[in-house]
Amino acid sequence: MPDSLLLDAAALSRALTRIAHEIVERNESGADVVLVGVQTGGVHIAHRLAKTLRELWNQPVPAGALDVNMHRDDLGNHLAPTVHPTQIPGDITGKTVVLVDDVLFSGRTTRAALDALNDFGRPRRVQLAVLIDRGHRELPIKADFVGKNVTTRANERVNVKLKEADGEDGVWLVKNGNGSPA
Amino acid sequence: MTWNRKHLLDIESLSADEIIAVLDTARQFKAVGERAIKKVPALRGKTVVNLFVEPSTRTRISFELAAIRLSADVINFGAEASSLKKGETLKDTARNLEALNADIIIIRHSATGAPHFLSRFLKGSVVNAGDGAHEHPTQALLDTFTIREHRGKIAGLNVTILGDILYSRVARSNIWALLKLGANVTLCGPSTLVPRVFEQMGCRVTYNVDEAIADADVINLLRIQHERQRQTMFPSIGEYAALFGLTHARFARTRPNALIMHPGPINRGVEIASDLADCGRSVILEQVTNGLAIRMAVLYLISGGKGAQELGGLA
Repeated sequence: MPDSLLLDAAALSRALTRIAHEIVERNESGADVVLVGVQTGGVHIAHRLAKTLRELWNQPVPAGALDVNMHRDDLGNHLAPTVHPTQIPGDITGKTVVLVDDVLFSGRTTRAALDALNDFGRPRRVQLAVLIDRGHRELPIKADFVGKNVTTRANERVNVKLKEADGEDGVWLVKNGNGSPA
Repeated sequence: MTWNRKHLLDIESLSADEIIAVLDTARQFKAVGERAIKKVPALRGKTVVNLFVEPSTRTRISFELAAIRLSADVINFGAEASSLKKGETLKDTARNLEALNADIIIIRHSATGAPHFLSRFLKGSVVNAGDGAHEHPTQALLDTFTIREHRGKIAGLNVTILGDILYSRVARSNIWALLKLGANVTLCGPSTLVPRVFEQMGCRVTYNVDEAIADADVINLLRIQHERQRQTMFPSIGEYAALFGLTHARFARTRPNALIMHPGPINRGVEIASDLADCGRSVILEQVTNGLAIRMAVLYLISGGKGAQELGGLA
C-alpha cells in the first residue's frame, strides 16, 4: 500500500513557522526560553525552531538535545536502543524549557524526557512542541504546540524526514509499518 | 545498534561492530558520570549479583557502582563468606541466586569457562568479570575505549602489551579486541611468560623490550602477578624491572605521544618507574573512570529485551 503524504516540504516549513510564532505568543520574553530536542527526531526540529525564534525575538535562543533511553521504563521489552548524545545548553533551572519532538504518540517518550530533564535542573516550566500528534496517548500528556494533528491506527507508522538527516523534508503515514520506531 | 546478546562472556565471540556498539554506548554513559546527578533509572527494579568467587576489589567496586548508577539493586557475594566454602557447587550457588530473582549475575572465577557454564542454564544474564587466565572482557573494552578516546580510532595503531601475557586474561581479551578493531599488536616480556604460540593469533612476539616500544602508539603494562607465578618464571623482581620495566631511559625512547596504560594494581618500580605512572602520558586513572562507563554500557545493553523492537512502542 502506498504511503500517504501528510506534510510536504512547504507544509512542514509552514507548520514549524507557526509553532515558532505560537511559542513567541506564549512566552513574552525569549530571554529565558531554552529549546531541547528529543533524540533523535526532535533535535533538528529544535534547531530549526531556534533559528526562527532568533529572528522573531532578535536574540539567540539556545537549543540542545536530550536522549531519553536511559529513562525509559521498558528496556526489557525490546533491544536496548542506541543512546545518542545529550547536550543541554547551560543551566535550565528557572528557565522555560520547550521540549521538541517529531511525533507524539503514547506519551511515554515525553514522560521519560520530563524525568531526564529533571537530572539537569529544575525548569520554571516545561512546554511541549511536536510536529505531529498522532493520538493513542497512554499517559496524561498533552502538547502545547502541534504542527499537525493526524488520525492514525495504532499499527501505522508516521515517517518524518528532515533535510539534515534524510536529505528531504516531508511527513508520511506508512500503513502497517514494521518495527522501526518513529 | 548491533547488540542483541543476553550475556557478555568473552571478546573472542564478539564482532567488531558489537565491540564498537559497546564503546559508543559507553561514551554516553561516561557523560552521565560528569553530570551533577550521576544516576539514571534504566535498570530500576533489576537485581544484579556480584558473584566474585575469586577475590577482587576494583573490578567488583566498578561493577557495583555501575549497577547502582543504573538504579539496579546489587548484592555482593564473595567466596570467603559463602556457601561455596561449605562445599556447595557453583551451579547450585548460581541457581540459588537465581531463585532470589537475580536478573544479572556478574561472575569472577579462577576457572576458565565458569561464566560460559553458568550461561548455559541460568535464565538471567551472565557477565564475565574475569575467568582464570582466559578473558576479562570489560577490561579490554575499557582499554580500547580509552585508546579510542585519545586517538579517535584503533585501526592501524601499534599497541604493545608488555609483561606477563601467559597468565593474563587482560592480555587475551585485549588481543582479541585490538585485532578485531584492526590494531597491530606486539607482545613482549620474559620468554617464560610470552609463549610464541600467541603469534598464531596474529600478534608479533618479541623479547627485546626496546624493539617492542620503539614504534608503539600505546604501551599497556601488565602487572606481574606474584600470586599466580611460580618462582621459576623469572629470577627476581629486580631483574624483571631492569629487563622489562618501563624505566626513564626506555620512556625517553618511546614515541612522544605514546599512551602509557596499566590495568592496575600497579607495582610501582617494577612494571613502571613510579613517577612515570603519574606522568602526563599515563592514562591509568582514566582507565578506571572509563571502566565504570563501560560496565554501565554493558549492563544496559544486555538488559535489552529480545526480538524486534515493537512497532511504534518507542514513539
